[in-house]
Amino acid sequence: MSGLRGWLSRLTSERRADDAEPAGVPEPEPAGYAAVTSKGLQKFLLYMGSRPAPVLLDLGAFSGSNVTFFGQLLGCKVIIGDLFVEIERHARERPAEELAAFLSERFTREEASVDGVLLWDVCDYLNRPAAQALAAALVRALRPDGALLGFFGNASHVDIGFTKFVVEDDSHVRLHPRAQDLARQGWMQNRDIIKMFDGLRVSESYLLQNGWREMLFRKGGGGRPII
Amino acid sequence: MDKEAFNVGKSVVFKGELSGSEDIFIEGSIEGKVELRDHVLTIGPNAKVKAEVIAKNVIVRGEVVGNITATEKLDIRDSGSVDGDISAPVVAIAEGAHLRGSVDMQKKPAVTAAPAQAAKPDAKLAPLPTGSPAPGSQRAPGA
Repeated sequence: MSGLRGWLSRLTSERRADDAEPAGVPEPEPAGYAAVTSKGLQKFLLYMGSRPAPVLLDLGAFSGSNVTFFGQLLGCKVIIGDLFVEIERHARERPAEELAAFLSERFTREEASVDGVLLWDVCDYLNRPAAQALAAALVRALRPDGALLGFFGNASHVDIGFTKFVVEDDSHVRLHPRAQDLARQGWMQNRDIIKMFDGLRVSESYLLQNGWREMLFRKGGGGRPII
Repeated sequence: MDKEAFNVGKSVVFKGELSGSEDIFIEGSIEGKVELRDHVLTIGPNAKVKAEVIAKNVIVRGEVVGNITATEKLDIRDSGSVDGDISAPVVAIAEGAHLRGSVDMQKKPAVTAAPAQAAKPDAKLAPLPTGSPAPGSQRAPGA
């Protein structure tokens, strides 16, 4: 495992060196944005690195540096979901009760077509039926052995505004607060989250320093060792 | 680089297939296909390109609707907007840039003398052993 970590570490330092060149567009250094250590992300990347030509679905707010990071580190295909734009638009134009149906229609990805899903904290912004509909679609889209990484707030996070996750390296994520008309809908118990992702199993679960729960799910059925 | 490039000016509206053997800087509107296999294509901040784009290096500072293939590098600057799928071995995207689609940075199999034999993609890592959370991490309650 230490060899794999070394591989990740080498690749991330190479990426930093690449970013230093003028054509690379480094993330503007944010002042005062919280960075969290993410062990789940490291595991997720190790898993993705073990797949040949992996396909990654990123549902978080679009971040150019994240796309560059994942692409260079994994040599993967990144599908940009940026669900927040659509959730916000839906909230403006349609009743919340229709969000679940909207998300079910929105995710028409072929069954077992992605190796990994970065869900970030999208579920915190969804009502329960919508989160359930999204979870069902993602479970369907994941390939056997696929991985899904999600962050889930708790009661103290309900009033925290919209946050964008920007990956700094294989185990650190910086949280960028953004002005957006999106409110967190509440928080879920662990058992409800696990139930929601029926068909996946919790591979790793961590409580971050800021109180967020970080959960790495895996889809069974591939007959390969799990990280 | 821009000084030597062929310039498609702001007032130019072009429909069709544009190809060439020199660098091109687009500031106008292009619809169709742009192909510069061995050269640099720069899409300027005022440009509107609705086309399939293929070039060695692509720099996007304006608006592109269509798929982009860069055989060497794609660079989307903060004023750039791409609505389409991207394929390039190296991609740099500035914060503030807009992108809707997918980004394919998968390593393409090398072209061999026997193309009928499909090259197996290289797995970077062997299957991974079962692991546990690193020391010092806290388990979420109930998980």
